Amino acid sequence: MTTDAVLELRGVGRVHGDGATAVHALRAISLTLRTGELIAVMGPSGSGKSTLLHLAGGLDTPSEGAVLVEGTDLATLSRGQLAAVRRRSLGYVFQDLNLIPALTAAENVALPRELDGVRARAARREALDALAEVGVGDLADRFPDEMSGGQQQRVAIARALIGPRRLVLADEPTGALDSQTGEDVLRVLRARCDAGASGLLVTHEARHAAWADRVVFLRDGALVDDTGVAPPPEVLLTADGFG
Amino acid sequence: MYGYQLRHEFERSTGATWPLNVGQVYTTLARLERDGLVEQTGESDEEGKVVYRLTDAGHAELTGWFATPLGGNDRPRDELAIKVALALTTPDVDVRAVLQTQRTATLRHLQELTRLKAVADGSEDTAWLLVLDSMIFRAEAEVRWLDHSETRLARLATAPRPTSAGPAPGSAAGPAAPPAVATDPASDSDQAVRR
Ligand SMILES: Nc1ncnc2c1ncn2[C@@H]1O[C@H](COP(=O)(O)OP(=O)(O)O)[C@@H](O)[C@H]1O
Ligand SMILES: [Mg+2]
Repeated sequence: MTTDAVLELRGVGRVHGDGATAVHALRAISLTLRTGELIAVMGPSGSGKSTLLHLAGGLDTPSEGAVLVEGTDLATLSRGQLAAVRRRSLGYVFQDLNLIPALTAAENVALPRELDGVRARAARREALDALAEVGVGDLADRFPDEMSGGQQQRVAIARALIGPRRLVLADEPTGALDSQTGEDVLRVLRARCDAGASGLLVTHEARHAAWADRVVFLRDGALVDDTGVAPPPEVLLTADGFG
Repeated sequence: MYGYQLRHEFERSTGATWPLNVGQVYTTLARLERDGLVEQTGESDEEGKVVYRLTDAGHAELTGWFATPLGGNDRPRDELAIKVALALTTPDVDVRAVLQTQRTATLRHLQELTRLKAVADGSEDTAWLLVLDSMIFRAEAEVRWLDHSETRLARLATAPRPTSAGPAPGSAAGPAAPPAVATDPASDSDQAVRR
């Protein structure tokens, strides 16, 4: 069943510091993200959401357990290999500061492909396609400060999923947007997952989390509940008997 | 219009969210006729169905209905608020578990509604979209209230002198936070407040 697992966390824990001052940012997290799936992570501030995303993206190392990206345990990789996986398999979208201000939208999106070794013309062509897919094809030659927040986040999603990248990790991508613009960004993320990408999304807005296939809840570093994977209708009818 | 048509119209504009049975429609029509708000036109359609129309009094009643806002007390009582309030004051009930179970169920409902909205978005069915939006906003408000309640309880739990009615956060905080480690739950609730 792990064949289509894009991301897998196995018993992952993360402790900051040690002894009396140790902070258990995450405890025994197990979670599988499959192809085409969008999972939302909710929880109070400080519950470990960003730590979870950093571990999933290989930006941080677990104190216990394992993180597997497309079947590869990140702990088995050399620094160089890890950097390659981070660059080729994953894309990140944060609350803000996603784009390089001195580059146009198309240049921002093409950049990862040029780093992959794709020639500039081909990379630009891919970037234009990717921008069109997230509904901002007409903004290719604008600079970030000439775009609205929602448009910038769409560009960031296009960049996160350019080329072979299939996994987007998004930490409060709608945090700086008004509710309707945030909703539009979620629609784009949903559409990209329906088209075969996978997403792990941190949000504190229930209305945005509801676009996900599955919503998990963190509290004090532990997964405390889960809406489950797309329940069949008969389960929905008796939802109050759940948990 | 006749009864079956009325039911169809109602369900069309509300996305069949509140299904009516046709018997309900006919007993309501009979009562409206008794009260002089509708009358039979005297004609019947080709299938022999009785056709009704509004009387002048019926028009006035309808206009008044649209013009009058709902009062706070016109709505059904809030069973969830009652449940949480009772969970807090009933011994041996873990109110945080009640909140979390509800949050998950409400999120699941919100996911369902969002899927319906994604389908309806492309359509021209504005009445149905408005009904859906209403249900989505209500579910969202419920989640916000649940979050808020949890934060309020966390603050109470770490207040210096909880009263006897105070919640005993059972499984979640229990074993991980022995009384000696006073800073742990405290910093936690600070973070909850900050958000
Ligand atoms: N580098 C760090 N050093 C020490 N503690 C940290 C560090 N990063 C995060 N933490 C702590 O780990 C916990 C989880 O943080 P975080 O993952 O940022 O939560 P969230 O994103 O849900 O707000 C918090 O208590 C935070 O203070
Ligand atoms: Mg965070």
